Amino acid sequence: MALQAPMMKKMLRPLTGLLGIALMLGASQAHAVLEVTVTEGVSGAIPVAVAPFEWRGEGEPETRMSGILGDNLHRSGLFEVLREDLPSGATGPGDFIPEPWRAAGAEYVVVGSKRPDGDRVVVDFHVFDVLAEERLGGWRIPVPADMLRRGGHRVSDLVFEAITGDPGAFSARIAFVQVQRDGDEREFRLQVADSDGANPRTLYRSSDPVMSPAWSPDGNELVYVSFENRQSEVFRHDVRSGERVSLARFRGINSAPAWSPDGRYLALSLSRDGSPNIYRLDLQSGDLEQLTRSSAIETEPAWSPDGGTIYFTSDRAGAPQIYRMDADGGDVRRLTFESGYAAGVTVSPDGDSVVYVEGGDGGFRLARLDLGDRRVTRLTDSGNAESPSFAPNGSMILYAISEGTRGVLGSVSRDGRVHQRLEGRDGEVREPAWSPLGE
Amino acid sequence: MNHLIRWGILALVVGSLAACAQPVRDAEDPAEREAREAAEAETEAEREARERREREARGLGEDRRLDAAALDDPDSLLADRLVYFEFDRDEVKREYEEMLEAHAEYLAANPGARLRLEGHTDERGTREYNLGLGERRAQSVRRVLNLNGAADEQIEVVSYGEEMPVAFEQTEEAWAQNRRVELVYDRRQ
Repeated sequence: MALQAPMMKKMLRPLTGLLGIALMLGASQAHAVLEVTVTEGVSGAIPVAVAPFEWRGEGEPETRMSGILGDNLHRSGLFEVLREDLPSGATGPGDFIPEPWRAAGAEYVVVGSKRPDGDRVVVDFHVFDVLAEERLGGWRIPVPADMLRRGGHRVSDLVFEAITGDPGAFSARIAFVQVQRDGDEREFRLQVADSDGANPRTLYRSSDPVMSPAWSPDGNELVYVSFENRQSEVFRHDVRSGERVSLARFRGINSAPAWSPDGRYLALSLSRDGSPNIYRLDLQSGDLEQLTRSSAIETEPAWSPDGGTIYFTSDRAGAPQIYRMDADGGDVRRLTFESGYAAGVTVSPDGDSVVYVEGGDGGFRLARLDLGDRRVTRLTDSGNAESPSFAPNGSMILYAISEGTRGVLGSVSRDGRVHQRLEGRDGEVREPAWSPLGE
Repeated sequence: MNHLIRWGILALVVGSLAACAQPVRDAEDPAEREAREAAEAETEAEREARERREREARGLGEDRRLDAAALDDPDSLLADRLVYFEFDRDEVKREYEEMLEAHAEYLAANPGARLRLEGHTDERGTREYNLGLGERRAQSVRRVLNLNGAADEQIEVVSYGEEMPVAFEQTEEAWAQNRRVELVYDRRQ
């Protein structure tokens, strides 16, 4: 469903001042490793009323799906979530009357109910446009009783899409590296968590560095670099089974793994022939093909969504800059010219733009290059930003901010207007990687 | 500047030994006092220049142990196993040549010895690019060692990029300490 024109205008109105909304998720975000704060949002965020979903059964579960929905919509920075002093009683189209909701200041309303059904909970919910006095959508989703948080994210995706026209990315997960330091001892953990930092799982831990996690296109596996054998080595790790296989352990650097969108290849940077070059590893046959041949540093390959192009970093012209080539290594062209340092490129899910780290004025910030008109937009302005990763719906970019001994994650909307911080409860967090959508 | 201090101490030791060898005198003659006072008034820059001259004067005439014991001698050049770099650069600075020559000489004299060169960077820039930069620094050190007689198969290069800092502040000093190649002997002979 497309967004109505007046609403679109409202959403795109330039930010007139910093809208500081501090959100402490506290109790509703049980077992989270990350604490989310919206530091800068869009002025004129859309008011959405989220009524508690009525429980129709004995012993209501503790996890409040409407609470998760409200938190998610708020974190997107696009919505002002109304949860207090709402008209009561409405659960669906049969009993929805727009007037009291309009009086409460809501432009959109989400109501619903849930009931137990064996070992599942069945959730019914509906999204209404108060001004147009019409229902935008209604859904029934069965959720395993022990996966209600997951269900809340699914509800959030559907509501987000009903109102904005863009798919939600709340069901996607994030992988990141967490580092805890105790004197000279350090522990590196490869973590996977829900998009709001809840339900963290440690996939791998080591006293040697772990870096550069990247997802398989089906979201079932991660590739990353581990130094457990006293050199960089690329591993493939099944998220569910925990099975782990070494993919590249040549002499020199084995790093920067990136899975092709069709799942067949891994692009990576190897220095086995003297200096780091980009290679393509066929995951079925094990064949290795060298794509770049220079004595410069060639690294950080990133695939276009159609798999036809590989973007990468090279300092063949002296300083690191972003280049593109065909996926077989042909037609190499330089893309960035604006600054003395450009690296760490990631491609938007629609393939229309790339985001990378730009150095200058003593700091590192994120910039987005529109591949069509070659316009560059600065997305962050201060600090030490790196490791950008697009949300699978393209709405936001997650990245790492280095603050000395602390490392936190930041997120910024595609247009640079909505900013959030995700702080680790425990140690330093870095190198976020947003999973693909769906399971 | 570790080795400067060490050379300074060495010079003092040699100086006092020389003094012991001379006949003892009851009184300082005016010329000697003048020299002593001048020496005391010596500026840091002058002292460094003098130490450098002394070091150069010692040249290669000096005896050096070339067996594994040398690696344990805190006064040996072989005790120095760190090479520092400028921001985003991989050239080995002149001040490390003498130290690296000593390591190359040791490797040449001990064909069984194996050296790991661990390249590191500061935190600025992307992690993956820094992995490349750390390797470049280690390769630069390797070239100097090779040119001075170390065999290829004796040296292994590993880059840790910015992953293993030794200083954690966000200051120029901390960054300078992190931009380094560490020489690690895996086998001593």
